[in-house]
Amino acid sequence: MQSDAIKKLIALREVGTGLLLIGVVLAALAKNPHFLDPKNLNSILLWIPLLVVVGMGQMLVILTRGIDVSVGSTMGVAGIVVGMLFRDHPGLNIFLGAGIGIAIGCLLGAINGGLIAWAKVPPIIATLGTLSAYRGLAFIVCKGEQIDSNNIPESLTDWTLKGPISISGITFSWLMVWASVVAIIVAYFLKSSRTGRDIYALGSHPEAARLRGIPVPKVTFLVYSVCGALAGLAGVLYASRYGFVNPGTAGQGFELTVIAAVVIGGTNVLGGSGTVLGVLLGCVLLGTINVALAVLGIDAAWQMLVYGLVILIALTVDSYLQRFLRKMDVRN
Amino acid sequence: MAFGGAEVLKGVDIDLFPGEVHGIIGENGAGKSTLGKLIAGVYRPTGGKLTIQGDTCTLGSPRQALDLGIALIHQEPLTFPDLDVAENIFVGRQPKDRFGQIDWSSMYVHAAELLNSIGVKLNPRSKVRGLGVADQQMIELAAALSQKARVLILDETTASLTPKEVAELFAIVRRLRDEGCAVVFVSHRLDEIFEICDRITILRDGEKVGERIPKDSSVPEIVRMMVGREVDEVLRHGGVCSEPVVLQVKDLCLTGVFSNINLSVRKGEIVGMAGLVGAGRTEVARAIFGITPPTSGEILIQNSACDINNPRQAMQAGLALVPEDRQHHGLLLPSSIAENASLAILRSLTKGGLVSGKQIESNAEEYKSKLQIALRSVGQPVKDLSGGNQQKVVLSKWLLTQPKVLILDEPTRGVDVGAKAEVHRLMRELAETGLGILMISSDLQEVLSVSDRILVMREGRVVREFQAQEATQENVMLAATGQEAHAV
Repeated sequence: MQSDAIKKLIALREVGTGLLLIGVVLAALAKNPHFLDPKNLNSILLWIPLLVVVGMGQMLVILTRGIDVSVGSTMGVAGIVVGMLFRDHPGLNIFLGAGIGIAIGCLLGAINGGLIAWAKVPPIIATLGTLSAYRGLAFIVCKGEQIDSNNIPESLTDWTLKGPISISGITFSWLMVWASVVAIIVAYFLKSSRTGRDIYALGSHPEAARLRGIPVPKVTFLVYSVCGALAGLAGVLYASRYGFVNPGTAGQGFELTVIAAVVIGGTNVLGGSGTVLGVLLGCVLLGTINVALAVLGIDAAWQMLVYGLVILIALTVDSYLQRFLRKMDVRN
Repeated sequence: MAFGGAEVLKGVDIDLFPGEVHGIIGENGAGKSTLGKLIAGVYRPTGGKLTIQGDTCTLGSPRQALDLGIALIHQEPLTFPDLDVAENIFVGRQPKDRFGQIDWSSMYVHAAELLNSIGVKLNPRSKVRGLGVADQQMIELAAALSQKARVLILDETTASLTPKEVAELFAIVRRLRDEGCAVVFVSHRLDEIFEICDRITILRDGEKVGERIPKDSSVPEIVRMMVGREVDEVLRHGGVCSEPVVLQVKDLCLTGVFSNINLSVRKGEIVGMAGLVGAGRTEVARAIFGITPPTSGEILIQNSACDINNPRQAMQAGLALVPEDRQHHGLLLPSSIAENASLAILRSLTKGGLVSGKQIESNAEEYKSKLQIALRSVGQPVKDLSGGNQQKVVLSKWLLTQPKVLILDEPTRGVDVGAKAEVHRLMRELAETGLGILMISSDLQEVLSVSDRILVMREGRVVREFQAQEATQENVMLAATGQEAHAV
């Protein structure tokens, strides 16, 4: 009985995100009946994929009770390096480029993972350090020089502009395809592999995980490496999406948006629970809010404020829920 | 299986036989749980060896122990609240199908079979969050069985179970024993040890004092072995105190933790509270002090009823509590001695939002000489002090609030022998100035030598009261373990 009620509550967190999404859409429609025009829907669909790709990695990290605030900087490094390769070697295969981006991100993520899993540096401290270090690295590798749009291959920007499905002016771009592939793989991994289940166990009770023989350091190292790899992929997708890569702005501040999407999507910041579906909803919600604010002509400064409020509301609700769940624990 | 350790445990040998329940008993701190954890690979021994069916093994991790068939069930269940029952049983070893993916349906089937085989009615699909301790222990037990455990260690597993749940657990333990499992039953409950064990190892201060077969032994004999040492009656005070009552507690209850606690402390009296770990003594102290307010009952200070819902109200009413874990609850280790000593009275030292540094220092100097705290200066960080001196700083902190009643929870845990005597002398002196002291201690000798009156708690109730002169280690221990009837 009790656990049924709790299950419903946890389900409610996804339902809640969905309801919030509908609310935002209705509010935007009330103000502007053309909100769901193809043009705006396309903007939303363009905004989501980067968030989903990085969000999937961030979710794995948060499931283990960790956090990675260096993902934006990792995107910057991967975007810059791959952009330089495209600039210096025109004709480089874009899939190879994406692969290199993933490899760079994976390496940077592995550094985070090593610091956290074996050097036992708290995640927030380790990744705050690398947030700054990797951003510096992005400047150093390109000597402060931006990768301009004429250096980004057309085939790469086509990932953003074209897609396999296009219905009445709404394009499901290749970016969305790659993001969906990532989400499906992560969902499968979490549900059907032992390592995926270890991630939940580790976040749910780290000491128990250790005593039950789960290789805690290895799993920790893995999630940060994967998170970095996905941020690296996102760096390449960034180049496709924006058509240029600036060492200072590529991915800057993105970590906050990503963490917001993951948490709004119902992932417990204290680890142990969260679903791919929830995080996807969180990404769609943030994308919709972002576009809605622009469409309604709300000033950019206000956009940041509203954005922050949504995050705070979601976190407050989450914290209340946690306390409620803990009370039920105690009562038993 | 042979084993010998050091320090916490000194040269303990123990043999486990298949089809036998082996009890390990001893006082609090005798090293029972440590022994269990060493066998299960949770701690690494500094010396000694482990032999399983003739093969010598070294255990580096719990995983290795599990692979060898040694499973440990902890007092506090180690389960994963976010995962369901079946996964808690199979975590890390979930069944896979031929594609290498987790086979959820077969996992649920296996889990249901396992739970059924030990007679536990739990839905394998329900989340563990919200389940009771007994259910969680059954899940751990099922996990151990699913790994074909040959050695099963139950570490104080019954501590938080109801009698009915204990009976169910024992039924399972007997069945496992009959199936050839070697069971280690770590406990300080004599009645349970006698009920379930085929052989008992008695530990005292980390050493093995003997091995007995229950039917050839008796409760008083085991108790004598547990307590052992000669009673050192230097400080024994005695004499019935006739001063007025300063603290009176009437029918104090905290649902599920303790019930109908009645006690009183007179002016200048030291009342000792004995009992086993988990008897509810600390919880009573915390309830009196308003940290976890009681669900019902009355607290009277100097005969006037007080409504205490938080520590600040308790302090205003004239209570002070020195907690057991001074490092976490009593001191700010990196801060200076003077700052620590003034913490509880900061409010009264504050003028216009600013704290008077001079006042803080002069207060600390006063207590430094009163309590003879060994230190270079009151500006020294507390973490540099020895355990005994840290305890004195905590005492100063509370004495500065000028309490009428001082509650001490394990006042000498972790301090050396010399400092211990010093703390005892201080307590005596404080009592002579008219302070009422309620002291919780698991050190029987301490309780006996310092207290004027002794209360014994067991399973959330005060079960016995002794005047200092009528109390002995044996009769206090028998009351604490619920064995008085047998002894008479």
